[in-house]
Amino acid sequence: MGALHELTAVEAWRLLERREISARELAGACLQRIEAVEPSVRALLTVDAEGALRQADTVDARRARGEALPPVAGIPVVLKDNLCTEGMRTTAGSRILERFVPPYDATVVARLRAAGAVFPGKANLDEFAMGSSTENSAFQITRNPWDLERVPGGSSGGSAAAVAAQECPLAVGSDTGGSIRQPAALCGVVGLKPTYGLVSRYGLIAYASSLDQIGPMGWTVQDVALLLDAIAGHDPLDTTSLAGSARGEDVTGYLEACREGVQGLRIGVPREYFGAGVTPAVAASVRAAADLLANLGAIVEECSLPTTDYALAAYYIIAPAECSSNLARYDGVKYGLRTRELAGHVGLMEKTRDEGFGAEVKQRIMVGTYALSHGYYDAYYRRAQQVRTLIRRDFETAFKRFDVLLTPTSPDVAFRIGERADPLAMKLADICTIPVNMAGLPAISVPCGFVDHLPVGLQVIGGALQERMLLRVAYTYEQATGWHRRRPVLPGT
Amino acid sequence: MALSRDAVRQIALLARLELTEEELDAQVEHMNALLAQFEKLQELDVTGVEPTAHAFPVYNVMREDRCRPSLPREVVLANAPEQRAGCFVVPSILEGA
Repeated sequence: MGALHELTAVEAWRLLERREISARELAGACLQRIEAVEPSVRALLTVDAEGALRQADTVDARRARGEALPPVAGIPVVLKDNLCTEGMRTTAGSRILERFVPPYDATVVARLRAAGAVFPGKANLDEFAMGSSTENSAFQITRNPWDLERVPGGSSGGSAAAVAAQECPLAVGSDTGGSIRQPAALCGVVGLKPTYGLVSRYGLIAYASSLDQIGPMGWTVQDVALLLDAIAGHDPLDTTSLAGSARGEDVTGYLEACREGVQGLRIGVPREYFGAGVTPAVAASVRAAADLLANLGAIVEECSLPTTDYALAAYYIIAPAECSSNLARYDGVKYGLRTRELAGHVGLMEKTRDEGFGAEVKQRIMVGTYALSHGYYDAYYRRAQQVRTLIRRDFETAFKRFDVLLTPTSPDVAFRIGERADPLAMKLADICTIPVNMAGLPAISVPCGFVDHLPVGLQVIGGALQERMLLRVAYTYEQATGWHRRRPVLPGT
Repeated sequence: MALSRDAVRQIALLARLELTEEELDAQVEHMNALLAQFEKLQELDVTGVEPTAHAFPVYNVMREDRCRPSLPREVVLANAPEQRAGCFVVPSILEGA
């Protein structure tokens, strides 16, 4: 057995169950690893060593009493810092929430807490989850563990980097236009964006409510399934949460769904995802993955999703529109930053928001305000929502023919810090992930090779509530290739 | 149709963002670049297509109307930038008040 921080969640769970290790030992190992690598990776905004050890002790005591515990009990899970944690600072990567200490837990956090998960810290992110590189954080630049001069992707870049740097086996992220899958791809880990409504959004600091979804990240497909088992399920506190009747099935059993075998599965490869902007080496990795699955018995065919090219423009109307509405609550009155200038009641809001929000957030608020304003609503917002219907229909048609679709997760590998200074260029790179959010579908990113020593991600998209199918395809692929066994080497370790 | 500097200033007022002159320049440029991208959507025929607000719309979610404890006042006020006598403090809204 190697060092404890190198264990996958499933390995750690088995050792904990057999009492070969304690949750305290595991938490201690991860905290030590955090101390060793954080100066170079900077994935976390808050580290709570004391709290983590206390939670670990509680789990050890519960296990000693013979309590039956779920697999996630005693496993360290890093939380993206837009998930509210009672009594623990939650910033959303923004100055405006720099000192915000939530009075309650997000449902996902409450579920994990009750299950006995251990929280070593909160992960860095692009401010309010707006961005694709984590460079929009108001606090720090997170570095990609595979190359410290490069970004980890975003917006869940801290979560992805923490897993890739082996600071923790599991992390929770959120995904509005690719924010779990793209950083997972760029950091060489697995990330799953569940069907919209599968995981409660209560206590997730909102960006674009009709697109936001919380999901699991980890080294392996099984680990991600283990975490999904712990967080999925209906929540009366989120009105968009899918009830059991809507799901038409029990939500547990994702870990069991990780079985090998794709014999006879129909896999579509949509040609629009291999167009301009996708680097040839990334496209080749993904096509090689499709060939491998075909060799394992799947029926792989090319297909078309004709409205793909319109998804980006529609997204960059809908998401900012919802953002401008959601972020109207930051008024300098009830919580968060307040300007020190005396300015009257309108001035108080204007100055507070000017001081508290970063450039990218301001841009999205501006675009959203415009798109929703009188006289422009039909031309922009309504049309974008109509295009959203067309995108959904494209997927519905495709899923009549195919069980899953295969695409690249990101058109390129991790880029250099500061390289994409043009915000528009940054946005164009979200092309492979955005259509999935627009249609509310589940998708997983799994490592599928390396280009110039940097990880490449394979995206598997499924129909609504087909998470088990995604896990099966991703697991089969992972076991056949073993990319997940490669680990980055960090300085000083 | 490009947005003018005055139009962007007006949007900033609606959004309650006080922008510096420099920030305003950057916004004019950024918004016009983005609006040019949005033009692409005009290529599609959306006649008769219903808009999608949520991928899986769930309507009229009701809960039982029963009393339950809420957060204590001091907990709710703990994050307030300024508070007095159990209330949030805001600048005066009426002149001379």
